[in-house]
Amino acid sequence: MAERFTKSMARNIYLGGSAFFVLLFLALTYDTQSRAMPERDNRELITAEVAQGKHIWEENNCVGCHSLMGEGAYFAPELANVFDRRGAGDSATFKSYMRAWMNAMPTNVPGRRQMPQFNLTDEEIDALAAFLEWTSKIDDNNWPPNIEG
Amino acid sequence: MKYESQRVAMPYFIFALLLFAGQIVFGLVLGLQYVVGDFLFPEIPFNVARMVHTNLLIVWLLFGFMGATYYLVPEEAQTELYSPLLAWILFWVFAAAGTLTILGYLFVDYATLADVTMNRLLPTMGREFLEQPTITKIGIALVVVGFLFNILMTALKGRKTVVNIVLITGLVGLAVLWLFSFYNPSNLTLDKYFWWFVVHLWVEGVWELIMGAILAYVLIKITGVDREVIEKWLYVIIAMALITGIIGTGHHFFWIGPPEYWLWLGSVFSALEPLPFFMMVLFAFNMINRRRRNHPNKAAMLWAMGTAVMAFLGAGVWGFLHTLAPVNYYTHGSQITAAHGHMAFYGAYVMIVLTIISYAMPIMRGRPYGNSNTAQVLEMWGFWLMTISMVFITLFLTGAGILQIWLQRIPESGEALSFMATQDNIALFYWMRFVAGCFFLGGLVVYFGSFFIGGQASAAEEVRGPATEDA
Repeated sequence: MAERFTKSMARNIYLGGSAFFVLLFLALTYDTQSRAMPERDNRELITAEVAQGKHIWEENNCVGCHSLMGEGAYFAPELANVFDRRGAGDSATFKSYMRAWMNAMPTNVPGRRQMPQFNLTDEEIDALAAFLEWTSKIDDNNWPPNIEG
Repeated sequence: MKYESQRVAMPYFIFALLLFAGQIVFGLVLGLQYVVGDFLFPEIPFNVARMVHTNLLIVWLLFGFMGATYYLVPEEAQTELYSPLLAWILFWVFAAAGTLTILGYLFVDYATLADVTMNRLLPTMGREFLEQPTITKIGIALVVVGFLFNILMTALKGRKTVVNIVLITGLVGLAVLWLFSFYNPSNLTLDKYFWWFVVHLWVEGVWELIMGAILAYVLIKITGVDREVIEKWLYVIIAMALITGIIGTGHHFFWIGPPEYWLWLGSVFSALEPLPFFMMVLFAFNMINRRRRNHPNKAAMLWAMGTAVMAFLGAGVWGFLHTLAPVNYYTHGSQITAAHGHMAFYGAYVMIVLTIISYAMPIMRGRPYGNSNTAQVLEMWGFWLMTISMVFITLFLTGAGILQIWLQRIPESGEALSFMATQDNIALFYWMRFVAGCFFLGGLVVYFGSFFIGGQASAAEEVRGPATEDA
């Protein structure tokens, strides 16, 4: 680098640049959270059952195999749109699908990827289904590209 | 070694390397489970092995950063460490907590682990990379606070160098951002948004400060180039890192709920994120070309160049490949993400820790100019085996990802293959990835072997001397 460009100039770019972008990021976060998100995530539809479903999702480490809105592991299918894929967009259909699926695991087909048996009660499976149904309705800029996730 | 208390870095480095070995073994388990789905089922299901693999990585990198800090801060400050005893106590606390957590993952069902650690009181578990029980998270926070106290007390009583200031800024940032791991609202979109305050702002933010500072320190030592020059580069690099990386967080906000302006902000700023890594390549090679002496620890110099290049390829190039929103729409959450993650973590953070270990370990073992030639040759074999294996792991995962997108993402609903059918179609790439992973393990064994060869190198020869007094 040219000698005219001194260390203190470099330091000022660092301090000024990072301070500016930290503040900009905080401002954008404020706008995102206060103005945009309440409309996009349908937070008024987060019932006690949906909240319980999220805890069940977490306490069984579902994200260790599946992805949810594309985040998580890539070993098992995406589940943010599983309500549309397997429940045809209908709560009752999806809940009965979920009960049948969860209780049939593991398949024990030799050589195939296996999903553990989590021993959830019917009520817990319903909560998990409610959580996934709510998730499927978040405005996520129309991701994923198709129903397969 | 100029200050006796620097030696406390040794247990941190050794424990980090042991955990690294564990991480690789579990990586191979995962790689095999990708193709032999029921391997080790139900004893070690995929989610458990993955949690062990990723959490071991995070914990051993933290051990590596702490070891690096204990080693270089006293030397930069020209004073003994404030409290070597505290450093030892925190070592054992962190090692015990980390080991117990990993054993908990392996031997206790996760839901039971959540129950016995009373996750319900402050639910933080079950989120990617933040799977640790809440009590472990609190423990990590306390260990880091104690560590920062020790380091700040050391740095404040001695010489204030740019390397120390940048390193400590990065570590304080690491600690502050960790607090977001305790925020887990019922609203998934809020949870995800602030989850990235830990994950992205660590690896694409403050960790780059830590990496830059360690790289600058090693370059001062091995090249003998004037500190003023190196510090100027360091400021430019970290300026680039934060100017691009902070708003660059937006590339994670495309598809998880935040509004559309993030598509633009995230794309533009994250497209610039390769810049600091490119600067690091220029930095490392420039300083080495302008070296004032030929340091006999050639292995450390190889790691220093290697980490800059591989971080640029893994974090920079492979990150850029899928960071623009129209591309990311198809690649998000595919094997492309996995490919990028592997090379970026290896290139930037694994290799920077191995760089400082390569430089500092021989000195702490009473070999001030480095290991013997034989040991260095073996270490460099380890370098090349691991690095080339990682390149192939990345290429095979990229191949898997492209095919996955072609089969599963691009066709319309009804014509696209399902996730599982797609996985069957790309199994060949997973097999090749597994083989490359086995070579990586081989490289790790060779690398470990280099630590058991005796002898030492002789003093440095000056080429454009004299080297600075710092070196």
